[in-house]
Amino acid sequence: MDVSYYLISLLNGLSVGLLLFMLASGLTLIFSMMGVLNFAHASFYMLGAYVAYTISAVIGFWWALLLAPPIVGALGAAFERYALRRVHKFGHVPELLITFGLSYIVLEVVGLVWGRQSVNFRPPESLRGPLFTIIDHVGSLGFAWGEPPAECKGVANVICTQFPSFRAFGMGIAMLMLVSLWLLLTRTRIGLVIQAALTHPQMAESLGHNVPRVLMLVFGGGTALAALAGVIGGALRVTEPSMAQAVGAVVFAVIVIGGMGSLAGAFVASVLLGVLDSFAVGSDQSLLDLFRVLHMAVTPESFGYALWSVKISQVAAILPYLLLVLILIFRPKGLFGTREG
Amino acid sequence: MTRKLIQRPSRWLVWGGYALLLLVAPLLFRSSLSLTMLSQMGVAIIACLAFNMLLGQGGMLSFGHAVYSGLGGFFAIHALNMVSDGSLPLPVSLIPLVGGLFGLLSAALLGYVTTKKAGTPFAMITLGIGELVAAMALMFPGFFGGEGGISGDRTAGHAVLGITFGPQIQLYYLIAVYCFFCTALMFAFTRTPLGRMLNAVRDNPERVEFIGYSTQHVRFLAFMASGLFMGIAGGLGALNFEIVTSEVVGAARSGAYLLFTFLGGAMFFFGPIIGAVLMVLALVLLSELTRAWLLYLGLIFLFMVMYAPGGIASLIMMNLRVAAHRKLRRLGGPYLALAAASCVMLAGAGAMIEMVYHLQLNQAVGPNMKYLGVPLNATGIASWSGAALVLALGLALFEFTRRRFARCWNTIQDEIETESKQGAAP
Repeated sequence: MDVSYYLISLLNGLSVGLLLFMLASGLTLIFSMMGVLNFAHASFYMLGAYVAYTISAVIGFWWALLLAPPIVGALGAAFERYALRRVHKFGHVPELLITFGLSYIVLEVVGLVWGRQSVNFRPPESLRGPLFTIIDHVGSLGFAWGEPPAECKGVANVICTQFPSFRAFGMGIAMLMLVSLWLLLTRTRIGLVIQAALTHPQMAESLGHNVPRVLMLVFGGGTALAALAGVIGGALRVTEPSMAQAVGAVVFAVIVIGGMGSLAGAFVASVLLGVLDSFAVGSDQSLLDLFRVLHMAVTPESFGYALWSVKISQVAAILPYLLLVLILIFRPKGLFGTREG
Repeated sequence: MTRKLIQRPSRWLVWGGYALLLLVAPLLFRSSLSLTMLSQMGVAIIACLAFNMLLGQGGMLSFGHAVYSGLGGFFAIHALNMVSDGSLPLPVSLIPLVGGLFGLLSAALLGYVTTKKAGTPFAMITLGIGELVAAMALMFPGFFGGEGGISGDRTAGHAVLGITFGPQIQLYYLIAVYCFFCTALMFAFTRTPLGRMLNAVRDNPERVEFIGYSTQHVRFLAFMASGLFMGIAGGLGALNFEIVTSEVVGAARSGAYLLFTFLGGAMFFFGPIIGAVLMVLALVLLSELTRAWLLYLGLIFLFMVMYAPGGIASLIMMNLRVAAHRKLRRLGGPYLALAAASCVMLAGAGAMIEMVYHLQLNQAVGPNMKYLGVPLNATGIASWSGAALVLALGLALFEFTRRRFARCWNTIQDEIETESKQGAAP
C-alpha cells in the first residue's frame, strides 16, 4: 500500500463515479420532471454504445461521440411520444412496466443486430495511451506526462502507475455535461419552461407552453445523456449485451442513496460509489484481518467462517446495495432527498 | 324491480371446479412432458398469486421477488438433505412448509427495509435487494452450492401410505394439494381486514394514514404474507426439480413473475393463475418453438400495458359482461374478422423476425429455412418482399376490421350502460 496506489485508485474511482453520474443524471432528470422511473435507462446506455460502435466503424469515433446521443435521444423521444404517453393516464405502475418491457425488447434487438458476443469498440487512436505516469521511487513521488519515461523500464524498485488518457477524457466530458446541464436548467429560457412544467404544469400550459412536448424533450434529453455515457462507457469497458444489466441496478441504487429526484445527491452518491468500488476491488482484506488485529482467534471451524473470510474485493459488487440498505435504515429520504415517500 | 344482471356462479361451484380441474388435469394430459409442465404450473400459480398480493392488491411493484421463493427453495433443499441423512425427522410432504417458513423469515428481514417506501422507490429498492441476494448466492458456495447448485433426493425419508414421491404423478398431487390450499388461503386473505386495508393503502395512502393506520406497517405485513407463499412455492419447486441453483434468486426469474402476473391480469384475483399457466407454456414450449421468443414476449407485454392494462383477466371479464347481457353473439363476426386479420399480420411480421434471427444465429446452415411449413430464403429478395407484402396486407386488414370491431363494441357498451341504468331505476 503506497501513495501512488491510493492516488490512482482515487482517480479511477472518480472516473467510474462520473460515468455513473452521467447515467444517473438523465434518470434523475426524467424522474423529477415526469415522475417516471425509466427502467430502460441502462438499455439506452447500451444502445448508445452500440450505435457509436457502428458509426465509429464508418466515419470515426469523434463523429460517433457527436451523433450517437442525438440518435438515441430521438429514439427515446419517439418511445415517449408513442408508448409512454399512452399509459400516463393509467398511473405510475404501468409507466414503470412499459419501460420494463422495453428493456427486454432492446436487449433482444441489440442481440439481433450486433450479435450476442462483445464487439470491439475502442477509444480513438489519439486517446489510447496513458495521459500521465506516477513514478513511485521508494517513497518519493514523481510525475511524467505522456508515455512512461525510461526509468520505469529496468529499474527494480520503481513502481510506475499509468493513468489512461481516455479515462481523463471521459471525466472531462462528464464535467462538461454537468456544467452545461446546470446552465441549461437555470440560465436559459427552455430551462425555465422545463422547471415551470415540473412544478406548475397547468399554469405553464395556460401560458401557452406545450407541456407534453416539453416532457418529450426531457425524456429524449435524458436518454441522450444515457447514450453519451454509453459511448464513453462502452469504449472504456466492454460493449456487450449484458452491459445494461451490469450497470442498471447500480444506477438505481445511486438514485435512492442520493435522494430521489436530487441531482446534487445523484452526483455525490455516484462519486462515493465509484471511489468505494475502486478501493474495494483493489483490497484483499477480510474481516479475519480485523479479528486478528483484535487478537480474536477465528479458525475455519468457528461460527460463520464463510462470512468472515470473504474478501473486500469479493463484496465490491454488492457494496452499492449494502449502502442502499444502510441508507434506507438510517436516512430513508437519501443523502440529499427532500421528501420521504 | 331490480334484476341481477350478472349471475354470480356460486362459490362452491367455482372452488369445486378448480379442485376438480387440478384433480383431473393429469388424466387429460398424460405424457410425461405435460405432467412435468402441470407440476411446474402448480408451483407457478402459487408464486404468481403470492406476487400479486403485492402488485395487484397492494400496488407494490417488486423487481426482486424471486429472492423469497429462491431462499425458500434453498432452505427446503437443505432440509430435504437433512431428512436424507436422518438428522431431521420430518415427512417430505411438509418440506415446502420449511421453505414457506424461511420465505417468511427472509421477507420479514429484507421486507422491513423494502417496505419503508412505497411506489417507485419501493420498486427500485426491491431491484437492489434482488441484485444483492443474487450476488451473495455466488459469494457463499457453502450454502448456495456455487455454479452447480444444491441437489437433493425427494424419495428420502419414510414412505407414508406407500407414497414415496418417486413417480412424478405423486409429486404432482402433492403440488396440487398445496396449490389448492394456498390459493384458498390467499383468497381468504383478500377478505380479511388486513387484505382490505392493503387495498386501501394501494388506492389512497393519505386517507389511510389519516384514519390512523400506518401504511408502512400494512405493507410490511402484506410483504411477509407474500414471502410465506413465495417460500412455499420455492420449496415445492425444490422438490419438483430436486436441484436448486443460484438462478432461482436471479433477476430473470423475478422479471418473469412480474411479466406473467401482469399479463394474466393483476386487477383480478384469478388473473395470476392464467399468467402462471402462460408462464410455463412460454418458458417450456415457446422457447422450444422459436429463438425469438423473448422478443415476442417483450412486444406482447408492451402492447398489453398500452392497450389492456388489466391483463387477460380483464379482457375475459369484459366479454363476460357482454355475454351476461346476451350480446356476445353480435360480436362473433367482428371477432372472427379481427382474428383472421391479426393472423395474416402476425404471419408477415413473424416471418421477417424469424428471418433476421436465422441470419444472426444460424448462418452456418445456410440461408434456407422453414417457417410455418413455407420454405424461405433468408437472404433472398423474394422471401423478404413476400413477407413484407403479407405484413402490409395484414396491417391494412387489421386496421379495417379493428375499426369495425371498435364501433360494434362501443355501441354494445353504450347499450349495456343504458340498460343497467333502466334496470337500476324502479
